[in-house]
Amino acid sequence: MMRPFGRRQSAAAEPAIDKDLNYSSQWRLMYVRFKKHKLARVSLVVLALLYASALFAQFLAPYGLENYDSKYVNAPPMKLRFVDAEGKFHIRPFVYGLKSGRDPETMRKMFTSDTDKKYPLQIFVKGEKYKFLGLIPSSTHLIGVEEPGRLFLLGTDSLGRDLFSRILLGSQVSLSIPLVGVGISFVLGLIIGGASGYFGGWLDAVIQRVIEIIRSFPTLPLWMALSAAIPPRIPVVRMYFYIVIIFAFIEWTGLARVVRGKFISLKNEDYVVAAKIAGVSDSKIIVKHLLPGFISYLVVATTLAIPGMILAETAMSFLGLGIRSPATSWGVLLQEAQKIDNIALYPWKIIPLGTVILTVLTFNFLGDGLRDAADPYKR
Amino acid sequence: MLQYTLKRILLAIPVVFFISVIVFYIIQLPPGDYVSNYAAEMSVAGEGFTQEDMAAMRADLGLDRPVYEQYFIWVQDIVLHGDFGFSFNYNKPVLAVIEQYMGLTLTVSLVTMAFQYLVAIPIGIYCAVKQYSIGDYFFSGLSFLGMATPHFLMAVILMFLSYTWFGDPLLGLFSAEYVNAPWSMDKAIDLAKHMVIPVIVIGLSGTADLIRVMRGQMLDELNKPNVVTARAKGLSERKILFKYPTRAALNPIVSTFGWSLTSIFTGSTITAIVLNLPIQGPVMFNALLGQDMYLAGTWLLFMALLTVLGTLISDILLAWLDPKIRTEFRGT
Amino acid sequence: MTAETAQPQQPLLRVQDLKIRIRMDNGVMNAVDGVDFEIRRGRTLGLVGESGCGKSLTSRALIGINPKECETSGRVAYRSSQEPEAKEEPLDLLALDPNGRKIRSIRGRKIAMIFQEPMTAFSPMYTIGNQIMEAILIHRTRNKKEAKKIALEMLSKVGISDEEKRFDQYPHEFSGGMRQRAMISMALSCNPELLIADEPTTALDVTIQAQVLELMKRLQQEFGMAILLVTHDLGIIAEMCDEVAVMYLGKIVEQAPMKEIFRNPKHPYTKGLLRSMPRLGGNKTKRLESIEGSVPVPVNMPPMCGFYDRCKDRIEGVCNRRSVPATQISGSHMVRCFLYSEQQGGDNDGEAHIGN
Repeated sequence: MMRPFGRRQSAAAEPAIDKDLNYSSQWRLMYVRFKKHKLARVSLVVLALLYASALFAQFLAPYGLENYDSKYVNAPPMKLRFVDAEGKFHIRPFVYGLKSGRDPETMRKMFTSDTDKKYPLQIFVKGEKYKFLGLIPSSTHLIGVEEPGRLFLLGTDSLGRDLFSRILLGSQVSLSIPLVGVGISFVLGLIIGGASGYFGGWLDAVIQRVIEIIRSFPTLPLWMALSAAIPPRIPVVRMYFYIVIIFAFIEWTGLARVVRGKFISLKNEDYVVAAKIAGVSDSKIIVKHLLPGFISYLVVATTLAIPGMILAETAMSFLGLGIRSPATSWGVLLQEAQKIDNIALYPWKIIPLGTVILTVLTFNFLGDGLRDAADPYKR
Repeated sequence: MLQYTLKRILLAIPVVFFISVIVFYIIQLPPGDYVSNYAAEMSVAGEGFTQEDMAAMRADLGLDRPVYEQYFIWVQDIVLHGDFGFSFNYNKPVLAVIEQYMGLTLTVSLVTMAFQYLVAIPIGIYCAVKQYSIGDYFFSGLSFLGMATPHFLMAVILMFLSYTWFGDPLLGLFSAEYVNAPWSMDKAIDLAKHMVIPVIVIGLSGTADLIRVMRGQMLDELNKPNVVTARAKGLSERKILFKYPTRAALNPIVSTFGWSLTSIFTGSTITAIVLNLPIQGPVMFNALLGQDMYLAGTWLLFMALLTVLGTLISDILLAWLDPKIRTEFRGT
Repeated sequence: MTAETAQPQQPLLRVQDLKIRIRMDNGVMNAVDGVDFEIRRGRTLGLVGESGCGKSLTSRALIGINPKECETSGRVAYRSSQEPEAKEEPLDLLALDPNGRKIRSIRGRKIAMIFQEPMTAFSPMYTIGNQIMEAILIHRTRNKKEAKKIALEMLSKVGISDEEKRFDQYPHEFSGGMRQRAMISMALSCNPELLIADEPTTALDVTIQAQVLELMKRLQQEFGMAILLVTHDLGIIAEMCDEVAVMYLGKIVEQAPMKEIFRNPKHPYTKGLLRSMPRLGGNKTKRLESIEGSVPVPVNMPPMCGFYDRCKDRIEGVCNRRSVPATQISGSHMVRCFLYSEQQGGDNDGEAHIGN
């Protein structure tokens, strides 16, 4: 507890030796502040896990996208068990088979566990063929059960497709669209906003008007209108591409405004003016002096733009205006939750909502943490 | 002030022009047009539709002219005759369709707006004054959750809850027996009951946003020296709170008024589709799906104009509320 | 004034062992650590020190307007000279509920305050007149017309011409100096016995500074109030004060009448401060001296002299081992330094320090 306090001088008091050290220390400072934000740290880990599982979704998911089984329509989630009906303990978890019957009162089809059929959980199971990371052909899946057993950890949908697999596979679309969309708007915003702020004059005036006009369109109807314009029967990749473009087209304006504002305020800082007077070229000033000054703000703004895109993609797909079958996304999966009797009878169909909320929240927390880290004057 | 207002209105005119061009462009985007869709439908129904029939229909509707000409006809009709075109789906003028749904749309939107501000402002103040208290964490958590949950699913969940608790999912805005009934006390009560879920769902993200903004503004204002000054004068804490930080924090909030109504208008679209509300959203949605281009376009145009108008109102409100801008135009 | 002659010995305000502690992530900061001083009627006490030494916190603690995070202890005995309170026992301001009616009737009425930033100390949302009238309406009259009359009178007293028009203007329409004048008129509108001026001229141009100080002096004579002047500027101290207390790291390290401090400074810190002050007729070729090093943060400090690291005359093994007792050099001159203490080799003087 008793520290010699003479050593407690701030790092800022140390003489600056060279530029690179200063530059890296800004990031180090951000990193230190970011580490203090517990929620953001946890969020970062959660997001890393989510994206990792999306990357390896084909391997992690027991079944592929096309797999369906009309025998198992609307099957409830299976329990992973360690103790069987006779009370015997098994080290290897197992699931019971499903027996379909009819509810004696409502005559509705329903499933019960068939305690006679035990399927132990297996790892590295041979199953459907897929391409690992889109490159290496493989047919190994992390988990599964032996045929004719089925593994429905989160139940099935109205076509008898495994929800767990579909959530994993859907995350590839749901998690990448906002990232790619924001990535494109980041580049657009940086270039257009930067040009607008740095050069000013008529260029600035024109760009500002354009941004104003685009922003005058309420986002949601514009999204809807543009999405409705996508031809209905086109390859998945092109559909994906269209949707990303639509999102980026609307989103870049916000980022461009941030960049422009920062450029204008930084441009008049003494050190930039000094560099200009010293005859440093425009491009060098931008890269050396302006970018480091606000790139952190831009990263924050970008992070905080992601949740909106996730929600938008979910909404569009939910309405059938976004990703369409055969591809899937969380929004597509949630279409089955649109009818309340569906939720009442098959409550597991709401599970994709959990992943949406989790992703949106973690991105929000991450953005908050980054913002606190990026702003040295914040309490 | 008048000068400022006029300047703002003049600046909005070119924006409106470009918006109309873009709207028209979007209307033209979908592959095929109404006629080809109509023809497809007809042939499914077993009625042959020849190329000549289609051409005749196009000529009739003015769809065979060059695009820019179509645009000018469209604008001309709007400006000169208040004619926004014809809705093929509803088989009546677009304006009539919009009129039909306008009343309820406005009602839902205005009630939602009132709900947003009445709920968010007190909570925002409370959270800032009692920063880091349990209540603060509770409302912050709630507003985060409100922000992260997609509207439409919230609607489904609330409907489900209402169904399990009250045995009625409260779909739509009226119970079946009142839909075509004349206005009465009972019908109004029925409407009020059915508005609870839409208002909560539509207002949720706006409320969550407002709480965060209000809280942040209040925290800023509470730490300002003018609060210390007021305290040093001997004012009571309550009086200080309402006269200084709250008044100043309300500025940016009040200026969102104009903009907020449009965002409710547009934000309600998906919720309305899920909840089957007889308001604009589903109408627009069906118009888009059915490529009823004049209706969809008019609606998009209407929304965009509303946004411009909202921004205009917000800017003027902000100027009017800020003594700095106000005195600038008072003339000395 | 009669009360003053009746009790010449009684100070207006006596601060005893004032401590302000602020809890932080990494421990407790002893921002103000046992401060004692007196303010006498009609006189000016200067509280001088560099930023962060706790002088502002001290001045605000007197009327209880520090933020909640500041845990304040000690005693601030206040004895009004006005009837009927003059006959009563002194009132401990720290013991009052900081939001209560009693302390509020003293704030603004008996003890008024002006601040460093006249820009932000006024709210931009209301007219200057509105904000001046506020104090008058609380303490002096409920009649708005009368309050306005008083406010206008005050505005003209602080040298604001065209006061009728100025009354309805907003703070942003005032210049910095004008705002500080308005601030002073607001503070003095209830004829207080003590004016706390927290860096009143720091944000102003030098010429305006002189005008404002001149104004304060004139009004002090007119109203007969005492002033607690908080500043880092020794020039202002020399101009305004009768007595000076030098603060360093939450403690008063030296206290004496103004002339004594300038002629006969004792504490190494005071000496350093005086040496770092430019003066007319000084050696032009010599560099202005400065005090090396920077102020430590008083979190988790062991008992020792806070100036130890920066002191040229430090005594190894003494100054960094124990807390420093106050030494009375003469009747009115106190210094807190082992160089002048008889207890150099002795024990702690009982001022226990909580090291955590």
